[in-house]
Amino acid sequence: MYRYDEFDREFVTARVAQFRDQVARRVSGELSEDNFKPLRLQNGVYLQLHAYMLRVAVPYGTLNSSQMRMLGHIARKYDRDYGHFTTRQNIQFNWPKLADIPDILEDLASVEMHAIQTSGNCIRNVTADHFAGASADEVADPRPYAEILRQWSTIHPEFLFLPRKFKIAVIGSPNDRAAMQFHDIGLEVRKNDAGDLGLRVFVGGGLGRTPMIGKMIRDWLPEEDMLSYCEAILRVYNLYGRRDNKYKARIKILVHETGLEELKKDIEAEFERIKDGVLKLPDEDVAAIGDYFAPPEFEDLPDRDQSVEQAKLDNRSFARWVDRNVSQHAQSGYAIVTVALKGTGEAPGDATSAQMDVLADLGERYSHDELRVSHEQNVILPHVRLGDLKAIYDALLAAEMASPNAGLITDIIACPGLDYCALATARSIPVAQELSERFADLDRQNEIGDLKLKISGCINACGHHHVGHIGILGVDRRGEELYQVTLGGSGDEQAAVGEIIGRGFSKDDISDAVETIVDTYLARRLSDDEAFLDAYQRLGPQPFKDALYPAKEAA
Amino acid sequence: MSTLFVGGSVTEDRWVSIDGEQPVPEGEDVVVSLAIFEEQRHALLTRNVGKLGVYLEADDQIDTIVDDLDKISLVALDFPSFADGRAYSKARLLRDRHGFGGQVRATGDVRIDQVQHMRRSGFDALQVSHQPTVDSLMEIKDAGLDLFYQPAIEGAEALSSMGGRSWARRAL
Repeated sequence: MYRYDEFDREFVTARVAQFRDQVARRVSGELSEDNFKPLRLQNGVYLQLHAYMLRVAVPYGTLNSSQMRMLGHIARKYDRDYGHFTTRQNIQFNWPKLADIPDILEDLASVEMHAIQTSGNCIRNVTADHFAGASADEVADPRPYAEILRQWSTIHPEFLFLPRKFKIAVIGSPNDRAAMQFHDIGLEVRKNDAGDLGLRVFVGGGLGRTPMIGKMIRDWLPEEDMLSYCEAILRVYNLYGRRDNKYKARIKILVHETGLEELKKDIEAEFERIKDGVLKLPDEDVAAIGDYFAPPEFEDLPDRDQSVEQAKLDNRSFARWVDRNVSQHAQSGYAIVTVALKGTGEAPGDATSAQMDVLADLGERYSHDELRVSHEQNVILPHVRLGDLKAIYDALLAAEMASPNAGLITDIIACPGLDYCALATARSIPVAQELSERFADLDRQNEIGDLKLKISGCINACGHHHVGHIGILGVDRRGEELYQVTLGGSGDEQAAVGEIIGRGFSKDDISDAVETIVDTYLARRLSDDEAFLDAYQRLGPQPFKDALYPAKEAA
Repeated sequence: MSTLFVGGSVTEDRWVSIDGEQPVPEGEDVVVSLAIFEEQRHALLTRNVGKLGVYLEADDQIDTIVDDLDKISLVALDFPSFADGRAYSKARLLRDRHGFGGQVRATGDVRIDQVQHMRRSGFDALQVSHQPTVDSLMEIKDAGLDLFYQPAIEGAEALSSMGGRSWARRAL
């Protein structure tokens, strides 16, 4: 993975010193909250309902064991002993004291981490496929591209005060595990017939109150042009994106209102002008960044491990966990492990400092010192030997992280909601917890099969409800929490925005409503092999409406 | 009350701003609003004495003036709020795309924490009302770092590119 050189170290250290000075000026009263706000935001510090919140960047979700251990240390020393992994592959600490934040940033810098541009109307942390560099279906590792984008976008002087935040995602496989088409810019690394690497470029995707699927603006962009093309898009957006209404300020609205073809003319014209300039990427520089992401030294191993097969026969819980939480690795004899931070009744994405320590140890011992954070709020061990799966499982079980529910209905995405967030209009974590308990029975979960349930506590959609197979949106109606249900959304390569099924449900009724939807699916599916989303696409919303609103049907 | 910094030094502002009904004085260096420029374009471009500057509000695009840049000596770009970043791209385009060599002046909500970004986007003059910013600029503190992850307008600062990373720069 990427390692800082002297330049990066100096940069991050200088940045910490700069922010330390700003915090001192705020604490002494020299800076008012109004004047401090833009400065803290560019360092990932939010003022939430109850306290400051610090959002730490995990670039493209990749981290090593000492970084994970440091996150645990920060949770223990400066926070209430836990942290929250987010749908942006980052981690949030909910209770730091402002005066401690410079020390936290210094601790982070010591392990090559920072919180730069995790908030504010700038280019945010670049996200990527959490199976990058490990998955069997990969064309190329997307992370070198994400790292180059991370560097180029860091304190880019022209793009720090955009109309609104700007998110870029990169994938390197035809199977989209990063909801790439729901980003302001989505990039898919591809190989052409000549064997050259390039990118398919999408623009104008996003969730929030106006969900939109990204539109393909370039089917093929040579990799050397990646920065020039992104700079052209950003420049056009910065000039023409709406600033009169923050809810219409994302690039998706500009694309929608201007039309892709019209906007593309401006972007292509600017790109044409700058593409042979200083941003053109030399092959050797791309290769040099790529070297950081070279695969670890794998052993030659058979693609089956007899001890694992035996352990599965001996231990049904282990077998279940392997079936759901272990994915195929590109390398024979290796596997990718998804550690689901989705224990029954727990807040999705939360991990205690002790759990982070366990994850760090497992990454170091079994996964070539590498871990990932997924946008589904889980942690990934990307490179483990099949023969180590049982030892990993046992360690996870002891640390209460062995939920065998990856991709099942209780592998819920949820935003922090009204329990923490200043923007939220309803609680999401208690709804997630109740649903997690309601569907706790593993036989039932496995019978239901693949089902993505996503919950947001407000229209800003941090919980990705629009792309949930079942999506839940909490709103406030006359002082009461009301939960709207959408069905049929999808964040993968079959990108789709869910449809609102009907009027919302109270907090007391929302779990029953989900159960009704699930029961309807089970009753109507063609076979065990027809997943929820497939069944919904075949059946349409009507059977679900009929089941949810029977009185209306009678009338 | 504002203080003008050109190339980092306090400079007396000799330019007369024309934004209302008053006639454009002969022989003076003037900065006119875009509306006046469009109205009196021919007269302004053919004045014998006195330089011409144009002031663009945040909503104004540079397209209207780019054909006449050879006769324009100053473009003032407004920041109605530091959070409105459109002027960065306009400055960048004036310098990069149109090769404008005159003064590019930042006006409005100009603050110390953005000064380096302004310079790197092509501004060489700052009209500053915010007193703490004036004080900091007097002390030659621009609150920026001297390491950059991307090429921009380098201005007077000598920068070296970094080996192995064509996009990164370091101030010498």
